[in-house]
Amino acid sequence: MLYYNNFDGGYCGQSLCFFRNSPTGYRRCAAGTVMDSYFLGGGTDMIALHSLAFGYSGQHPLGTLNGCFDTGSLTAIIGANGTGKSTLLKTLAGLLPPLGGCFCMAPQGQRQLGYLPQLTEFDRQFPLSVNDLVLMGCIPHSGMFGRISGLWRKKAIEALDTVGMTEFSPMHIGTLSGGQLQRVLFARLLVMQPSVILLDEPFTGIDIQTIRTLLVVIRQLHLEGRTILAVLHDMEQVEKYFPHVLMLSAEGHRWGRSADILHSLTAAATPPQQGLLP
Amino acid sequence: MMLLHLLCEPFGDFGFMRRALVGCLALTLSAAPLGCFLLLRRMSLIGDALSHAVLPGVAIGYLVSGMSLVAMGVGGFIAGLSVAMLSGVVSRRTGLREDASFAGFYLGSLALGVTLVSLRGSSVDLLHVLFGSILAIDANALITIGIISSGSVLVLALIYRVLVIESFDVTFLKVLSRRSRALIHCLFLSMVVLNLVAGFQLLGTLMTVGIMMLPAASARFWSQRLSIMLLAAVGIGTCASLVGLIWSYYADLPAGPAVILTSTLFFCFSVLFGSNGGMLCRCR
Repeated sequence: MLYYNNFDGGYCGQSLCFFRNSPTGYRRCAAGTVMDSYFLGGGTDMIALHSLAFGYSGQHPLGTLNGCFDTGSLTAIIGANGTGKSTLLKTLAGLLPPLGGCFCMAPQGQRQLGYLPQLTEFDRQFPLSVNDLVLMGCIPHSGMFGRISGLWRKKAIEALDTVGMTEFSPMHIGTLSGGQLQRVLFARLLVMQPSVILLDEPFTGIDIQTIRTLLVVIRQLHLEGRTILAVLHDMEQVEKYFPHVLMLSAEGHRWGRSADILHSLTAAATPPQQGLLP
Repeated sequence: MMLLHLLCEPFGDFGFMRRALVGCLALTLSAAPLGCFLLLRRMSLIGDALSHAVLPGVAIGYLVSGMSLVAMGVGGFIAGLSVAMLSGVVSRRTGLREDASFAGFYLGSLALGVTLVSLRGSSVDLLHVLFGSILAIDANALITIGIISSGSVLVLALIYRVLVIESFDVTFLKVLSRRSRALIHCLFLSMVVLNLVAGFQLLGTLMTVGIMMLPAASARFWSQRLSIMLLAAVGIGTCASLVGLIWSYYADLPAGPAVILTSTLFFCFSVLFGSNGGMLCRCR
């Protein structure tokens, strides 16, 4: 596989690597050479990928990745359709088994993982109120059978307030628009307070006002030190709000600061512009 | 007063009518809420498939120990669960959708069951198993139905929250805990199979699922709140059992089909007049 080495701007082939134990940002390749490689963020690893091959079982892997997402990093995953962005997130969420290699997640990430699938996966006719949906976020704290205390109910209301949906609390989820439902799902994430947050195309089919609100929420979560990975298509959003980028492509995956990656993309060819800057 | 007398007379005068009513009511109490969850999980027809799938087990139980609900129940439970598990495994391994793999196995299971009954029993036996004998159930059968029903309601109450989450957003639960998702799914399917087994003595393998799905589908038209929907389903099932039995008594109809027919009428009424998305409600 190819690994993009950000410091000297070149590719190097590698199949096996040992991960650093020190925060200096070096790691050892299988060949025994010490090389600079890019670690997102600046702290310790939250998710470390060791030659992780992701894809659907029985099919050729969509890609193989080495690298890591640091604790508290905010990363946009970009790439053309079919490069496996959503599949990578599903693999990290534990919904798909790795086809090869492995990934390590820090214990707090394993325990507290929030994954938001694409909006189309929800049945809007389900007889559930907005408040019920947000209260689902209490499960990691109250357990499957435990009582949901008044404290968590208050937190649920606060979360709804953060995304500007307080007045919708008693309403049926079927009455919500796509954007409103996405706000409510973000409120559920806020209640969960996960250490690692995986967002699969959170802004697809969503109005600009909602995107603005949710980007503020994402920034807030980032400031609280949570590790966030989001699959995105809008390059302007990525450039403005996401410090780091993982670009998946058939030619080789690239990690780096969003400005660098996007700049090199612009230099190579004009990237497709989708959506509008919120 | 006259009307009340007419309504009570069949149950006051005849023990078999009383037992049929108690059996139907007990079953409705647990089967209707389970039907609601089947409906919400878009598994309505899976319930139907499962009710057919229990047949070979029931047949073996019947051949071994005659008309004993316990023997037939154990056999049916094993057969139903085997088909459910087998379909699940095939779906996971091959990517075939679960309804398709269910179709593959339940039809074979049904054929096997009918063959087994015909091999040893008479055509009367076959009719008995296929269409039930609601007016011929005895106290033992009632106790079995009561135990299954009470157990199901208790388990349902215990796992209610997780079951709702699993039905609405299975990914959420899978990410939280894969093991509890699998456990809840198995527990739910087991309860469905158990209730079908309890119901086939009353309504036979072909119609049991009616007491599960018809009240649930009707209740869907009356509320957007799950708790009310569950209560409405039980209420509708109760009314349908009562009306169906009285109707069969006075019109001299077979009791089991009369109960299901009444449920169907309730369903049609709900489709037309339901306050939550009924046809006339939508027109207005």
